Amino acid sequence: MNSSIQTRDLTKNFGDVLAVNALSLSVQTGTVFGLLGPNGAGKTTTIRMLTTLLPITSGEASVAGFSVSREAEQVRQSIGYVPQLLSTDGTLTGYENLLVSARLYHLPRGERRDRIHSALEDFGLFDARDRLVRTYSGGMIRRLEMAAAMLHQPRVLFLDEPTLGLDPIARETVWDHLRELQESTNTTVLLTTHYMEEADELCDRIAVMHQGVIAGEGTPTELKAQIGPDATLGDVFAQLAGGSLETGGGYGEVARARRTARRVG
Amino acid sequence: MAKSLAPAAQPAAWANPSRLLNFLVDTAAITDAELRKVRHDPYELIQRAVQPVLWLVIFGEVMAATRAIPTGNLSYIDFLAPGILAQSALFSAIFYGITVVWERDLGIVQRYLVSPASRTSLVAGKALAAGLRALTQAGIVYLFAVLIGVHVIFDVFRIAGVGLAVILGSAAFAMFSLSIASLIKNRDRVMGFGQLMTMPLFFASSAIYPIAFMPGWLQAIALVNPLTYMVSATRALMVQPDLDLSSLAVDFGVLSLFVVVLLLIAARLYPKVAI
Repeated sequence: MNSSIQTRDLTKNFGDVLAVNALSLSVQTGTVFGLLGPNGAGKTTTIRMLTTLLPITSGEASVAGFSVSREAEQVRQSIGYVPQLLSTDGTLTGYENLLVSARLYHLPRGERRDRIHSALEDFGLFDARDRLVRTYSGGMIRRLEMAAAMLHQPRVLFLDEPTLGLDPIARETVWDHLRELQESTNTTVLLTTHYMEEADELCDRIAVMHQGVIAGEGTPTELKAQIGPDATLGDVFAQLAGGSLETGGGYGEVARARRTARRVG
Repeated sequence: MAKSLAPAAQPAAWANPSRLLNFLVDTAAITDAELRKVRHDPYELIQRAVQPVLWLVIFGEVMAATRAIPTGNLSYIDFLAPGILAQSALFSAIFYGITVVWERDLGIVQRYLVSPASRTSLVAGKALAAGLRALTQAGIVYLFAVLIGVHVIFDVFRIAGVGLAVILGSAAFAMFSLSIASLIKNRDRVMGFGQLMTMPLFFASSAIYPIAFMPGWLQAIALVNPLTYMVSATRALMVQPDLDLSSLAVDFGVLSLFVVVLLLIAARLYPKVAI
């Protein structure tokens, strides 16, 4: 089995708080893996460790075959990341945002313009390319962020709550782009989401995280079958994550999430 | 696209031509993005030039009239103009960290930190952009000084030298501010810190009076203050008829040293901003 993301006993402490506790998971190359769980379950912390933003407390993780702690630069070369917060600059145009990415990822000078234009076309942003991003709608911003994260054709793509705060139509569009990506390339995707239907729709495998550990893992069908014949993923979630939806969060996180939702929504 | 695997122990940028090239390309990419932002909204730059102009007009005229400050062969307004030019660069660069915290709160900073660009080039790009922004502002102050009759010496090399001093000094203060911001991550506190630092940096320098005028303990502080060297270089190039080259070499040497040391520190601290 060929896996693009692999962790063994991956652990992160923030002082006394154990955010991720000895997490071991493996994501097969070319598949979409969903991390589900309530706020504070450790999903975002996991992604931030895998994308080299956060140092690991203990354990090991590799992405695209490179060690997250020892080969951070090669990991960063191989990944794309759409964070939960904004990641495009509102004071630059859509084109300029992609230009920064193209330059930082060293796309050949002669190809830059064409690749940026075709990315803008793919994501339906070509006509808006010279507008400042702060005039974009939430759905357009999300699409631009996906275009920026995929411009250098990463082997592994991380999406943290990619449809948070989007209206149903914009959400469908994001899904379509992800499916298209899956069909045309061999990109591995790890996404987190709160939306059960999103996980059901997109993911080949799902892990439900709860209080820093994996409470259950499998294909959507397997997980549902464990609960009962007519179970939905919502039932699976309720069973595995318990009634403790109130863990984590806190004022700072709520403020950030709301601000993000307002800006992208 | 797949970059060939670098060896486990990577040589320093200066020892490896391709790493040095990457450093320059990445720095240019960040600087370019920052300057594009200024071009989309240039009014802020013009606003920032108002305060130094007021310093020159109000403070300059009053202090020149009192004749309380001995400034050797220079008139007081000639002495003051380069000091205010350097001060204006300090006053905007020292608050650079606020932008960094703002980008952190929005999430933009994460996008740069997950890119393969080295942390050193990310910081260098921002510092260079801060220097170039200050240059525009310094240009306005420079023209205004000419307008009110400061005896500015016109010479391409001298003007280029003033520009270099402004870029180096602003880059140093911007990286200092960025380092503090990476540690405290709160806009109000970065703002407070900037305000706390501007007073001692400004008054423990030769911006508005000569160093010889200060008590001994303040002179000691002035010696380790980058603004002192920035003012000294700017003043010599802008208004001193006879250039003391060895003193200029010290000024630029010390400024460059500050830039290199602060770059190394800031590059280490910058990733913490995302945590």
